[in-house]
Amino acid sequence: MGETKTITVPTMANLMAHGKKPEVLFWVGCAGAFDDRYQKVTRSFIKILEHVGITYGVLGMEESCTGDPARRAGNEFLFQMQAKMNIQLLDGYEVKKVVTACPHCFNTLKNEYPDLGGNYEVIHHSSFLQSLIDEGRIKVEEGGYFKGKKITFHDSCYLGRGNDIYEAPRKILEELDADLVEMKRSKANGLCCGAGGAQMFKDAEKGDKEVNVERTEDLIETNAKIVATACPFCMTMMTDGIKHFNKEEDIEVYDLAEFIDKNNDL
Amino acid sequence: METKQITFIVFMLVMLGVFGYTIHRLWGFIGLTKAGFPIDKIGERVNLTLKVAFGQTKILDRPIIGIIHALVWWGFLIITVGTAEMVFDGILGQERILLFLGPVYKGIMGSGDIFAAIIISAVTIFLIRRHIIKVKRFEGVEMNKKKGWKKADATIALSMIMLLMLSLIGMNIGYVKLCSIGEIIGDSCDYFPISGLLIDLVPDSKAHLFHEINWWAHIALVFIFMNILPYSKHFHVMMSVPNVFLSRLDPKTKIQNMPSVTKEVDAMMNPETAFAEPAEGGTMEMPRFGVKDVEDISWQNYLDSLTCTECGRCTSVCPANTTGKLLSPRKIMVDTRKRMNDKGPSLVKDSSYNDQKALVGDYITKEELFACTTCNACVQACPVNIDQVSIIMDMRRYLIMEEANSPSEWNMMFTNIENNGAPWQFSPSDRMNWAEEIVMKA
Repeated sequence: MGETKTITVPTMANLMAHGKKPEVLFWVGCAGAFDDRYQKVTRSFIKILEHVGITYGVLGMEESCTGDPARRAGNEFLFQMQAKMNIQLLDGYEVKKVVTACPHCFNTLKNEYPDLGGNYEVIHHSSFLQSLIDEGRIKVEEGGYFKGKKITFHDSCYLGRGNDIYEAPRKILEELDADLVEMKRSKANGLCCGAGGAQMFKDAEKGDKEVNVERTEDLIETNAKIVATACPFCMTMMTDGIKHFNKEEDIEVYDLAEFIDKNNDL
Repeated sequence: METKQITFIVFMLVMLGVFGYTIHRLWGFIGLTKAGFPIDKIGERVNLTLKVAFGQTKILDRPIIGIIHALVWWGFLIITVGTAEMVFDGILGQERILLFLGPVYKGIMGSGDIFAAIIISAVTIFLIRRHIIKVKRFEGVEMNKKKGWKKADATIALSMIMLLMLSLIGMNIGYVKLCSIGEIIGDSCDYFPISGLLIDLVPDSKAHLFHEINWWAHIALVFIFMNILPYSKHFHVMMSVPNVFLSRLDPKTKIQNMPSVTKEVDAMMNPETAFAEPAEGGTMEMPRFGVKDVEDISWQNYLDSLTCTECGRCTSVCPANTTGKLLSPRKIMVDTRKRMNDKGPSLVKDSSYNDQKALVGDYITKEELFACTTCNACVQACPVNIDQVSIIMDMRRYLIMEEANSPSEWNMMFTNIENNGAPWQFSPSDRMNWAEEIVMKA
C-alpha cells in the first residue's frame, strides 16, 4: 500500500469564507448523505473528483431535500417550499454548475427548478464521468477487478425515459473491459425498480408481487454477476430483490462511480 | 342537375349536419376543461408529428403488428385522396374528376387499390387477434366492464373498415369492367393492379349496376363511419395527428408546475404578506388544487382521453399493473372519457350541476392513483403520445392537498422533509457524516 491521504470535503460555506468559488457544486442528495450503502457511492465520487483535480464544493448541512418525493406524492406546497429554499441557497453561493449522483435530484434541479427561478447547468454523474473519460481526465486502468466479468446495467427511469440518458452509463461500463449484457427490458423499454414516484417511502399497494422482484427476475435471467445502477433508489431496490432470491453471494450491485473507484483502486 | 347529384348532395349535407352536431357537443366539453400548457415550438411539433403520427415510429416499437398497423394508416392516407375525389364527383355529377392529373393520379389510385387489399388482410389479422388468439392486452378490468355496443366497439370499427375496402375494390372492379366494354372514354383504366385482375367476376350486363352499388356503398359508409367515430374508441383515426402535435415536449419525468401554489408559497415566504389579513370584503375564493373531476382537467388531458383507442400498450408495460396492482393507465383514459360523457352534457347546460359523484373516488380510486411509480413506461409506449402520468399526478395532488387523504407513510415522509430536510428521520446535523475518514491514494 502506497502513501495515502485523508480528504477534507470542502463545503460551500467554507469556500466562500475564503473567497473561493469551485467549478462545480456536488449535490449529494439525501440518500447520498444518509443511506449507508449510498454513502459509499458518495465517497467514491468524491475520490474521483479529487483524483481528476476538479475544484468542487458541497452544501453540507445546508443541503435539503430537493422536494422530489413530496411533489410526486402530491404535496406541491412542500415541494415548492423546499425548491424555493434551495434556490435561495444555491443563488446565494452563485452556483452555476451542479453535479449529482441521484437521477431524482438531477431531474428536479434540472427540469423543475427553472419554473421557480432556479437556473443551473445540472449534470448527472453518469454524463459527468463519461465526459471525464472522453477528455482523458480519467484513464480506466486495464485488467481491473471487473475485467471479463458479466455486467448488466439497470436503467433508472428518471435518467433514461425521463431525460434520454441511455448511452453515458453504458460507455463508462464499456471501458472496464467487461462482458456487458442487456436485460430483456432495457433502455426505453427498461422496467422500473418500483421506487419512483415516492413509492420508496411507502409500502406497495396490494398486488401479486413486488416490482423489484419482477425486475430482479430480468436480472437473474442474464446470468450477470454484477448489476450496475446509477440511482440510489434503484440500488436499494435491486439489492433487496437480490436478497429476495438469496443471491447476494452471486450478484453484486455497484454504482457507476464505484466501478471507476474500484477498478482504478483510487 | 341529375337525380344522383341531388341525392348525393342531400345525403352529404345531412351527414355533415350530424357531424357538426357532434363536434359542437365535443367543443362544449372541451370548454369545460382548464387551460393546459402553451403550444409553442411549432417547428419541433411539426417534426414530431411527421415522425410519430405519419411515420408511426412509436407503434413500430412492436415491429410485426406495428408494420401491419402502419400499412393500414398509410393506405388510409392514400385512399382518402380518392374519397375526396368521390365527394367532388358526387357534388358535380362527374366521374373521376382528378383524372387530369395523369400519372400522379394513376399512381395514387393504383396504390389505393393495392392498399385496399392490404387493409383487408390487416383487418382480418386484427379480428383474429381479438376473437381467436385473444391477445391479453385487449383485456383488463376497464375492457370487461363495458356494456352494450361499447363491448363490440373494436369489432364494429374493424367490420366497417372491411366493408369500406370491399366496396372500394368493388367500385374499382366495376370501373375497369365498364372500361373493358367501352363505356368509359378517355381513360385506359390500366392502373388497378388488384381490381384489374378481378373483372371477370362481373358479367358485362351487370357492370353498370355493380359499379353504381359499390360507389354508393363506399361513400355512404365513409359518411356513416365518420359519424360513428367520435362516439367510439376508434376516434383515434381523427384525433391521433392533432394529439401528437399538441403533446407535451418536456422531459417525461418533469412534473408540471402549479402556479396557483407558487402564488401561495411566495405569499407565505414574503414577510410582508405572510401575516397579512385577507383584504376586507374580498371573498377569498381558493382555486381547487389538483384534479377532482372532469372540469379540473386540462384540455390536453381531455384530448388524450378522446385519442385513446384502448390498444393497451401502456397497461402492458406498467410495472404496477404487471405486478397485479389495480392501476391501469388505459383505465385512467377510459374513465376520464366516460366521466365527461356522463357529466359533460348536464354541466354544459348548467355550470353548477352536481351529481354527487367525481372522477376521483367514483371512477378512479386512490388505490390506483397511489400505485404509480411515475416511471413513464406508459407514456413511452403510447403510439399517439398520450400523457397518462400528468393526470395521475394531478389527481394525487387533489387527494393530498384537498382531502389530506395520504398514506400514513407519506405523511411521515412529509413531516421528515419539513423538520429535517430529508425524507427519512435523520438530523440535518448528521448530513456530513459520510465525509469523515475518506482515505485515498496520495
